[in-house]
Amino acid sequence: MSENRKMAFICSKGNLDMAYPALIMGWAALGVGVDVTIFFTFWGLDLIRKSRVDKLGLPPVGNASMRTGMMGFPFDVGIPQLVGVLPGMTAFATALMKSKMEKLEVPSVREMLEMLHDAGAKMYACKMTVDMAGLKKEDFLDVVDDIVTATEFIEMTEGAQIVFI
Amino acid sequence: MPVRQFGALQLEVDNEGYLVNPKDWTPEVAEAFAKEEGIELTDRHWEVINFVRKYYEERGQSPTIRQITVGAGIPTKELFKLFPGGPAKKVARIAGVPKPAGCI
Repeated sequence: MSENRKMAFICSKGNLDMAYPALIMGWAALGVGVDVTIFFTFWGLDLIRKSRVDKLGLPPVGNASMRTGMMGFPFDVGIPQLVGVLPGMTAFATALMKSKMEKLEVPSVREMLEMLHDAGAKMYACKMTVDMAGLKKEDFLDVVDDIVTATEFIEMTEGAQIVFI
Repeated sequence: MPVRQFGALQLEVDNEGYLVNPKDWTPEVAEAFAKEEGIELTDRHWEVINFVRKYYEERGQSPTIRQITVGAGIPTKELFKLFPGGPAKKVARIAGVPKPAGCI
């Protein structure tokens, strides 16, 4: 592995299933000596908000991959969108995903962020969306290094491979 | 397979420099590999190496970074400091076991 390899992840989604890709790939990258920077923008800010990080959800609506097989049933058919909108379905799907992750010993989002921080990843919140949502530095977890502009992010990730999620 | 000399021992290594047969491993191998990685082994390094060896002997697979930090009680920050530049591969190589297959 080249000593100078750099990766930067842009997290723009706040759903539970969209929280993990950057965290897991970032962790894998750190493990083999790759420099990691993560930029949280738009809904991705939920991942690093103190009030939201433990409440990320997995809504089944609009997700064609969400089938009964995923839910632990012995048959694999699609779940009608109208079933997905029923009250409690998001909570149900979220709980199911969390229990499956727990069985695989995958840490929570909060814990993964701490692991990444301790392993040397740099994490930034996007200034424009922070302002848009009326948030402040103290609304974010301590693992967040700073609130930076898109320009600053682009400059600090010169030469990095950028992954947008 | 290339062969490497460790003192009186001649051991097979793969193209990335990992021991081909984990049973060949001796503490001298760890010392030699660590030196190549620019790491001077301390007691704390040996705690990690011994944990990894034991884990591999018991389960037949290498522990991931997370399994090392949780299992050996070594904080993430410290593990990355002990084995700078990527503990996942470096620990496995020095401990003479295959690269871990898990993601976390």
